[in-house]
Amino acid sequence: MTGPLRKSVRFWLNDELVELADLPPTRTLLDFLRLNKRLTGSKEGCAEGDCGACTVLVGRLAGDSLVYESVTACIRFVASLDGCHVVSIEHLRGAEGGLHPVQQALVEHHGSQCGFCTPGIVMSLYGLWMANASPDVDDIEEALQGNLCRCTGYSPIVRAAFAASKAGGQGKDVLVAERASVIEKLEALRDGRRVEIWGDEGGIILPADVNDLAEVLAEKPHATIVAGSTDVGLWVTKQMREISPVVFAGHLKQLRMIVEGEDVVSIGAGVTYMDFMPVIERHFPQLAGFWSRIGGQQVRNMGTIGGNIANGSPIGDTPPALIVLGAAITLRKGDKRRFVRLEDYFISYGKQDREPGEFIESISIPYPGEKEHFAVYKVSKRRDEDISALSGAFRLRLGEDNKVAEISVVFGGMAEIPKRAAAVEKVLLGKEWSEANVSAAVAAFKQDYQPLSDVRASAEYRLLASQNLLRRFYLETIGEGSELKRGAA
Amino acid sequence: MKEVTHTSVVHDSAEKHVRGCATYIDDMVEPAGTCHACLGLSQRAHAKIISLDLETVRGAPGVIAVLTHKDIPGRNDISPTGLNDEPVFAESEVQFFGQPMFGVVAKTREQARRAASLAKVVYEDLPKALTIRQAETTGSALVTAPLTLRRGDAKKAMKKAQHRLSGTMEIGGQDHFYLEGQIAFAIPGEDEDVTVYSSTQHPSEVQHMVAQALKVRSNAVTVKVRRMGGGFGGKETQSNLFAVVAAVAAKKLGRAVKIRPDRDDDMAATGKRHDFVVGYEVGFDDGGKISALRGDFAARCGFSADLSGPVTDRALFHADNAYYYPAVELNSHPLRTNTVSNTAFRGFGGPQGVLAAERIIEEIAFALGKDPLEVRKANFYGTTSNNITPYHQEVRDNIIHRIVEELEDSSKYQKRREEIVAFNNSGGIIRRGIALTPVKFGISFTATWYNQAGALVHIYSDGSVHLNHGGTEMGQGLNIKVAQVVADAFGLGLCDIKITATATDKVPNTSATAASSGSDLNGMAALNGAKQIKERLVAFAVEKYGCSAEEVLFESGRVRAGSREFTFADFVREAYLARVQLSAAGFYKTPDIYWDREKGQGRPFFYYAYGAAVSEVFIDTLTGEYMVDRVDILHDVGKSLNPAIDLGQVEGGFVQGMGWLTTEELYWNEEGRLMSHAPSTYKIPLALDVPRVFNVELAQWSTNPERTIRRSKAVGEPPLMLAASVVEALSMAVASVAGYRECPRLASPVTPERVLMAVTRLQGERGQ
Ligand SMILES: Cc1cc2nc3c(=O)[nH]c(=O)nc-3n(C[C@@H](O)[C@@H](O)[C@H](O)COP(=O)(O)OP(=O)(O)OC[C@H]3O[C@@H](n4cnc5c(N)ncnc54)[C@H](O)[C@@H]3O)c2cc1C
Ligand code: FES
Ligand code: FES
Repeated sequence: MTGPLRKSVRFWLNDELVELADLPPTRTLLDFLRLNKRLTGSKEGCAEGDCGACTVLVGRLAGDSLVYESVTACIRFVASLDGCHVVSIEHLRGAEGGLHPVQQALVEHHGSQCGFCTPGIVMSLYGLWMANASPDVDDIEEALQGNLCRCTGYSPIVRAAFAASKAGGQGKDVLVAERASVIEKLEALRDGRRVEIWGDEGGIILPADVNDLAEVLAEKPHATIVAGSTDVGLWVTKQMREISPVVFAGHLKQLRMIVEGEDVVSIGAGVTYMDFMPVIERHFPQLAGFWSRIGGQQVRNMGTIGGNIANGSPIGDTPPALIVLGAAITLRKGDKRRFVRLEDYFISYGKQDREPGEFIESISIPYPGEKEHFAVYKVSKRRDEDISALSGAFRLRLGEDNKVAEISVVFGGMAEIPKRAAAVEKVLLGKEWSEANVSAAVAAFKQDYQPLSDVRASAEYRLLASQNLLRRFYLETIGEGSELKRGAA
Repeated sequence: MKEVTHTSVVHDSAEKHVRGCATYIDDMVEPAGTCHACLGLSQRAHAKIISLDLETVRGAPGVIAVLTHKDIPGRNDISPTGLNDEPVFAESEVQFFGQPMFGVVAKTREQARRAASLAKVVYEDLPKALTIRQAETTGSALVTAPLTLRRGDAKKAMKKAQHRLSGTMEIGGQDHFYLEGQIAFAIPGEDEDVTVYSSTQHPSEVQHMVAQALKVRSNAVTVKVRRMGGGFGGKETQSNLFAVVAAVAAKKLGRAVKIRPDRDDDMAATGKRHDFVVGYEVGFDDGGKISALRGDFAARCGFSADLSGPVTDRALFHADNAYYYPAVELNSHPLRTNTVSNTAFRGFGGPQGVLAAERIIEEIAFALGKDPLEVRKANFYGTTSNNITPYHQEVRDNIIHRIVEELEDSSKYQKRREEIVAFNNSGGIIRRGIALTPVKFGISFTATWYNQAGALVHIYSDGSVHLNHGGTEMGQGLNIKVAQVVADAFGLGLCDIKITATATDKVPNTSATAASSGSDLNGMAALNGAKQIKERLVAFAVEKYGCSAEEVLFESGRVRAGSREFTFADFVREAYLARVQLSAAGFYKTPDIYWDREKGQGRPFFYYAYGAAVSEVFIDTLTGEYMVDRVDILHDVGKSLNPAIDLGQVEGGFVQGMGWLTTEELYWNEEGRLMSHAPSTYKIPLALDVPRVFNVELAQWSTNPERTIRRSKAVGEPPLMLAASVVEALSMAVASVAGYRECPRLASPVTPERVLMAVTRLQGERGQ
């Protein structure tokens, strides 16, 4: 352990420094705001991160800069905010106590009806307004991807977002104007210490760094690791699970490192979906559309790739793509590390190749070869912010003779784990990459998968759609791809 | 001066909304000692309760009390129609998965939630009917008396028809997903008194239910509603349960008690839009003109009647949509099932009727190889003839022809349809569809006595106005509309009018804010109250200043009496000193309506609202995924009280209807447990689902021929049904894979899965 302990969590809330020495590990930010602070502007609409009514901004130091990101307070634990600046709707204001430009625009464009979604929408649009001075309609819709409104039909909200950007005024905004002083304040909170709080309702540990994390977990192998809490948050709010002691990892710099090598990128397990965006642009352009359909903006700001893998869900969106790319993970326990192919990590439903006390430290993901075809498709009931009914990833290398030299097909949502379509691959391997052969191969899906019927889709649909996704992949490789595009009319 | 009525002033709470300082019930300051309740819900769809062991619940940390039906001093019933079929807490038997069995009260909400999960229940399963099909095959009872509408001899006309076809349509339900969930907060008072803050559309009913459960008279119970975070019908009767539990606990414990269920419990324990299976048979000629129609509307009502009677009635009332049926017979089948009791939801059965009507039109079009729009036009109600509905009301205000004509034109429907057919004919994975569907919606409660309203208007001696009425604000802009009307009555600005919380001690015996009637009824009642005061003020001026009544004018915050002029405040002060009564209770009842349910005849509706929409979609025939890419709407709100608010209702209503018909799928597993119980599993539209091109217009030329409030029309429900155009556009895109020779008969909601399955079926039949 590095240095002495700190026995409190400290963060800035709007203009106030909060220091909590007595804090249950699962206290959510939303309850803290509403119940402890009586800041009731942020609303609870679902308590599972899906409606956005509780959206607030969290500012954190990333290197020397300060970034504000929208998050859903209902599934964010207070302890994870150590060293951050939490900005709730109550902090927003315009000149001389008037409305902020985003608020003003929403009023003028009739962007609220019942008003219950509104504070969350204001915060999402505020985040956008600060980060992007001239958003287009795609940017606006994406910023609203994690906010539900049941009344307005969104159109007036989108109009308001345009109007707010036109109104501008970023320079005069409190968060922009006070950036330097907030950085200073947050710097002052960084003491490099491990934080531990133990109380009646359990324990909180914020390790000082990755080595400390390894140490903590080796000592307490049954502690719950929390990164972005976009899964664990729901265990608490919905299932009321006891998860103490809780070891927080989201703040660890080393887990958020991204090293782009020659043929492979290596990322810390704590890299969020948002952190990974630039890497996608550079090395995995085929993933761009897919990536922006994982959760909403708030979930992408919080959720981590490591968490998505570690959670072991059969419908996690990243594993199929990462498996076909040949990704591997580094598992660490104490000082011992092992390297596991991601494909081998998933053993059976709810069971992964991870020992108590072990954590995922990093993930290495090879870039697709230049001559390779690579695609990932997600199928869900609602296009955006929905969990996949199924998702399929494909990677293909063709020989000079148009024969299949290498093929990798992995599906999520089709089996109890993200699973390879071994039979399909076998049928195709060595054959000519032709419509006839692809059509012949789809029958093999039945050997690979016996999917379930559930709330998201029926077994029949899953099977049929998976077969058709292979067809779609084929068409794409021969340049006849088809995609639904917004705004085509 | 410019009047504020008919102008687009912003919602009175808009500024509070965006600042996050509009107070919802959960935001209220809590009195010391406030406790929190949570419901214990059944884990069986239909079972005897052999034993309910609540010891561990009682012993859990923070628990103060546990309530069962035995703790209810009065009646253990919240049936809104007095059928005594809906217990607050189940007694010896549970009738649906999610039915409340007990309540826990604890110091914190979290403690109450944790404790509620600790009950030990032994059940003995009973046979269950979950779906409409199961209810039909097991001969399940009806929850309430069915309705038949009949005009002419449908059987005979059917026989004589040139063509006949029959089919069935499955129409799914819908969860309200109000962003603010159910909530009630009860504060005990002295004697038998209790005040309940309830997120309800129907404060008077909450008052009566609470009184009945507490075995006190209504005058001991006060219910208050400042605003709801959405209602949509889901808080018309469904708030009763929570209000009763909070009030019973509060009186028992002598403490303030709040109950706010978790979203999952809210969705499991409260009713939804009814799903229907509609069987139809239609006779028609070569031109697509309908000569005979028969329809059977079977609805999943759930375990109790709730509002299923009037909901299924309204489905029949709208099974004609905008079409004239020369001979018709329609029957409702309100079926009892072991599911949550379905309830009011924007449109109240009407949308299911409209959807069936549009399906029938579509079927005829496919059968004849015509554009469905042509068949629609062939069947529209006439203006002077062919204008009698299946319930024998004459349609006197028909403007559907003009609406459709203008929309067809402005949306370039014909040209786009041609292009789309050409696009589809070139084959390809992506297919497109377009459809124009109309809406005609009857306005009034079919329970005639509900068509009344009260208001309370005070002018204080400083000239400020206090406005109160029986309607509730759920975001629809009712309060601002009523305030606009009252401001104009006194020639004042909106800043002079204070909008206040709905309260049963200010205006008694109110009707639910429902059936789109809010501003029609309450606007009139408030205007009536304002006029009473105004008359007194005029009489005072005439007497005091010796002018004629016509010479007394209220304008721009000033009052003129002959040659004298005052500020409104000064004038009111004078009136006060002269002991003029400055307060009035306003009242209104809708004239000329009546309804004989036994005969199935009458004039249940005061007037109709009209509209039409054109939707264009793209589908992916490999996965069934789709996009609604362009929508054009022309909608009739009469002479709008507030065009911006009305436009918001049209846009929002359409999108909500689109959600109902596309991605909002309710899914129960075989045990009868609702698996789509939260936004993670129940998918309402996002900003990304709204068409990029979304042209919404109000029919500027329209005015209500009936003497409604400032000649406006109701707007809450009708636009929801415009979304039928999305279903039909999807249907066209699907049908293209088999050359439009067969109606795909899509069940709703039309999920991507349903699209793909239909595409695959049609391709298969075509031998692909
Ligand atoms: C509204 C919403 C929408 C969503 N949409 C999608 C979606 O579209 N697609 C999708 O795939 N997922 C979706 N998710 C889930 C997704 O956000 C998570 O799977 C996320 O990636 C998990 O990361 P996290 O950092 O939040 O994990 P946490 O919730 O913090 O942890 C998840 C699990 O991983 C463990 N864990 C975390 N880090 C490590 C580590 N370094 N080593 C070992 N174990 C670790 C935790 O102990 C826990 O078991 C959604 C979630 C929400 C709330
Ligand atoms: S309350 Fe719904 S996202 Fe937080
Ligand atoms: S305004 Fe009601 S949910 Fe958005």
